[in-house]
Amino acid sequence: MDPSLFTRSVLLVAEKNMRIYYYKGAVVIFGLLFPFLMFLTFFIGRNLNLVLFFPAFLGMMLFFSSSSTGPLITPWEKREKTYERLLSLPVTLESIILGDILAGALFGIVITTIVWSAGSLILHLPLAHPLLLAVTLILGGFTFAALGTLLSSPAMSNPSNVMMVSNLIRLPLIFVSGIFIPLSQLGSWAWTNEVSPLTYLVDLFNGAINGNAVYPAGLDIIVLVVVILLFIGSAKLIQQYNLSKGI
Amino acid sequence: MDIIKADNLSKSFGSFRAVDNVSIAVKEGEIFGFLGPNGAGKTTTIRMLTGVLTPDTGSARICGIDINKHPLEAKLKMGIIPENGTVYSDLTAEQNILWTAKFYGMDSISRKKRADEILSYLGLTDRRNDIVRTFSKGMRQRISIACAIVPSPPVLFLDEPTGGLDVFSRRLVLDTIRRMNDEGSTVFLTTHNIEEANELCTVISVINKGKIVATGSTERLKKTFDTTKYVEIAFEQPVKKEWLESGGVFRVENHGDKWRLYTDDPDPAVKYLAALAEREHLKIISVATSTPTLEEAFVQLTGGA
Ligand SMILES: Nc1ncnc2c1ncn2[C@@H]1O[C@H](COP(=O)(O)OP(=O)(O)OP(=O)(O)O)[C@@H](O)[C@H]1O
Ligand SMILES: [Mg+2]
Repeated sequence: MDPSLFTRSVLLVAEKNMRIYYYKGAVVIFGLLFPFLMFLTFFIGRNLNLVLFFPAFLGMMLFFSSSSTGPLITPWEKREKTYERLLSLPVTLESIILGDILAGALFGIVITTIVWSAGSLILHLPLAHPLLLAVTLILGGFTFAALGTLLSSPAMSNPSNVMMVSNLIRLPLIFVSGIFIPLSQLGSWAWTNEVSPLTYLVDLFNGAINGNAVYPAGLDIIVLVVVILLFIGSAKLIQQYNLSKGI
Repeated sequence: MDIIKADNLSKSFGSFRAVDNVSIAVKEGEIFGFLGPNGAGKTTTIRMLTGVLTPDTGSARICGIDINKHPLEAKLKMGIIPENGTVYSDLTAEQNILWTAKFYGMDSISRKKRADEILSYLGLTDRRNDIVRTFSKGMRQRISIACAIVPSPPVLFLDEPTGGLDVFSRRLVLDTIRRMNDEGSTVFLTTHNIEEANELCTVISVINKGKIVATGSTERLKKTFDTTKYVEIAFEQPVKKEWLESGGVFRVENHGDKWRLYTDDPDPAVKYLAALAEREHLKIISVATSTPTLEEAFVQLTGGA
C-alpha cells in the first residue's frame, strides 16, 4: 500500500469529521460544557488551591473533549447511511479509524490548549517543562480520541445509545484518576488509579506544569503509547468483525 | 483484458449464502447490466467488487488490481453509487463533490473545473451552495452521481442509480451513464427496470438466489426465451371465439377489445385471420405479433421469484 495514498485518505476522513461532527450538539455538550460544569461543581468555592488542581482539570478537559467526537461518528454515519459511501471511497478501515481519531484528538488538543492559555493568564500557572506539556497534550489527545473511536465500534447505529454507553464508561474513569484527590495523597488506594490511563495523563500534566509528578515522565508516556495501540487495535478488530457481517 | 474480473466470489451471512460462487468478466467499454429479483445478491456482489465487503472466498480485480490486496489503488479506478449511500447531508452539494475529488488526487483547479462542469450538466448550479439536507430525493441522487463521476473513473459501479426517480431525473441519469461510457468509462449497473437495461446495456447477467443463471448480450438473452408467440387482433364487429381457433392457434384469450391467439408460428395464423376477415366481411382495426421481451426472459430465468 502506497503510504502517501494512505496518509491522504486519513487526512480527508479527518477533514470530513471536522466539518460535520464538531458542530453536533452531543460533542459540544459532552466535550466542552460537561468538563466545565464538573470543574465548577468540584473545584469552585472550596478554598482549594486552583494552581495545584489545574493540571488535573486540564487532564479532565482533554479527556472529555478528545473522547467525545469518536463515539458519535460511526453510529451517525451508519444511521444516515453515509457509512457505505465512505467505505466505497479510496479508503481502508484503518484510514477511517485513524481519520476519526485524528479529528477527535485535534478537537481535544485545541480546546485544552485554549483552556491552558486562559488558565496561565488568569492564575499565572507555572510551566516546569514546556516541551513535556506539548507532548502531553498530543499524546493525551490521541489516547482518548482512540478511546472514543473504540467506544463507537460496537455495531450500534443509534448515536444517542452510543453516547449514553460511552458516558457510562467515561464518567467513572474520572473518579479513579487522581483528578479530585491528587495521586500523592491517595496512599493505599493508589491501585484503583493505576488501571486508569487518565491517571498517567494527569500525572504528566502535573509534571509539566508544577514539576511534581508521581511517576517518571517516561513511564507515563510508555503507558499512554501502549494504551493508544491497544485501543486502535481493538477498534480495528471489532469494526472488521462487524463489517464481515454486512453493512 | 477484462477490466472487471471476479472469480468465484462467495459471501454468507450466518448460514445463509447470499452470493454463491459468482464469476464475472466485463470488457473495457461495456455497459454491463446486473439483473435479478429482490434479495438475489446484486448489492452484496457489488460490495465485494468495490472492496466494501470482504468475500468469504474468491477474488476480484479492477483494471488488473486485486481489490482486497491493494484496496486503495483499486478504488482509485472506480466511481461508485452505493445502493442506499446518500451523500453527506450536512455538507453542501459542492462540498460533497470537491471533497470526493480530493481522494482521487485531483488538484484544486481541476477539482473546481470538473465540479462546475458536472453541476451545470446535472442542473444543480444554482443549488451548489445549499446544504444537501434541504434537497429532494432526486436531487440527492444527482449529487450521488456527481460524486461517482467526478474523477472520470475507468469503471463506474452503479447500484440502482434510477431507483425512485421521476422520468426527467431518470432520463438525466441514463444520459449521464451513456455520456460517461462515451468518454471511456466501463459501467456496471444494477436496475429493476428491464426496459432500461434493454435500452442501455450491451451485456447482461442475471443473478438469482446468489447464483448467476445467464449471461449474454441483450439480444441473445431475448432470443433464448423466444418461446411464447402470439398474434393480437381487433375487429370492428363481434366475432365468435371458435372462428379464431384455427391456423395452428392452440389458445385464444380475450383482452379487452382485442383477441390474443397463441401459436408456435405466427405466419399461418396471420394468413388465416386475413382469410377469415375476407370471408366474414370483418373489418380489422389492428393486428400485431408479439416480440420477445427481455422481461419475459428475466421472469423465466428467475422463475418469477
Ligand atoms: N448484512 C446482512 N445480514 C444478513 N443478511 C444479509 C445482509 N445483507 C444482505 N443480506 C441478505 O443477502 C441476500 C442478498 O441481498 P442483496 O442486498 O445483495 O440483494 P439485492 O439483489 O441487492 O436485492 P435488491 O434488489 O432488493 O436490492 C438477501 O437475502 C439479504 O437478506
Ligand atoms: Mg440491492
